Amino acid sequence: MTAVDNIENNNSKENKKKIQAEKQNQKLKENIKKTIKTLIFWGIILTVFRYFFPERFPAALSMSGRYLKEMILVFPAVLVIMGLSDRWVPTSMVEKYLGHNSSFKGKFLAVFLGTLPTGPMYIAFPIAAELLRKKASLSNVIIFLGVWASLKVPQLGIEVQFIGLKFSVLRFIFTLISIFIIALIMEKTIDVKDFNENV
Amino acid sequence: MVAAVINIFALLLLFISFLKSNKKTKGALKIALFKGLGLAPQLISLVALIGIVFAFLPPELIKEFLGGNFSLIQVGGAALFGAVMMIPSLIALPLAGSLIDAGASYTPVAAFITTLTMVGFVTIPVELKELGKKITIYRNGLALIFALVIAFMIGVFI
Repeated sequence: MTAVDNIENNNSKENKKKIQAEKQNQKLKENIKKTIKTLIFWGIILTVFRYFFPERFPAALSMSGRYLKEMILVFPAVLVIMGLSDRWVPTSMVEKYLGHNSSFKGKFLAVFLGTLPTGPMYIAFPIAAELLRKKASLSNVIIFLGVWASLKVPQLGIEVQFIGLKFSVLRFIFTLISIFIIALIMEKTIDVKDFNENV
Repeated sequence: MVAAVINIFALLLLFISFLKSNKKTKGALKIALFKGLGLAPQLISLVALIGIVFAFLPPELIKEFLGGNFSLIQVGGAALFGAVMMIPSLIALPLAGSLIDAGASYTPVAAFITTLTMVGFVTIPVELKELGKKITIYRNGLALIFALVIAFMIGVFI
């Protein structure tokens, strides 16, 4: 009896995997289609543009070409780094390490875990709520949210490439200081004890 | 130079990851490919638009609106624009770079990037649901104010 159950279980698991893989494939195809459509669209626009403004076309082309080259240089690497950290640093790890917080170590961890490239902002909010429920301090959670939002490592690479190292370094420093101040102000003014009752 | 560092770093990580787990590395590469294809249409449009817009827009116009010395209206406008927009920062950063190349000041660009990433009018419903009214209002409000401070400081030091 149990053997039969097991087989059935395995079957349903495999089916689920299959369905998931199919969904992924479908999305992949959709994205490829969208990319091709975008290419055709801009191809037409540029042809029209060239026809009507032949004297401005070379300037447009060289400008576009410059940015295209820069993107090809950095984007694949940045995407690979993001993919790798998605696999190796599951969000459950973030929760585990931010849950217990000795004051300084907790803040350091909040900054460190926030800079890891793991997912968009709307994933961070549920994690933050879970951390508050687990009695992490509000300042740590706010620091984590702030760093997660604006100081991600692969994005910094893009920023340095397109805007400049000095700008990136200054923005990193001032943003980090601001996040700490915001976190302190919020911890002083908001009482998290009633977090569970309010939400 | 920057590109070389990033690429070497990525290759190094990839190599280590490959040594540790073949399966996880393949999964990571798949995620990268998916993300890349998801971003591709926007990136292509951005590249084409930059070319067309800058072929027409005289740099003086960008300088007039986004250049010059620190002005509260200009920087505040950039900050508000960043707060309401929902652009992935991987797209917004090259765009910001192109504006600076064309003569925009660093201050409005810094304000724009800061609010774009820290303040999210579009994600406020999610934040309200997860963290409550008080935390949401304080966090977004303070981030908006500090975006101006960050922009001002960058303007001073750069």
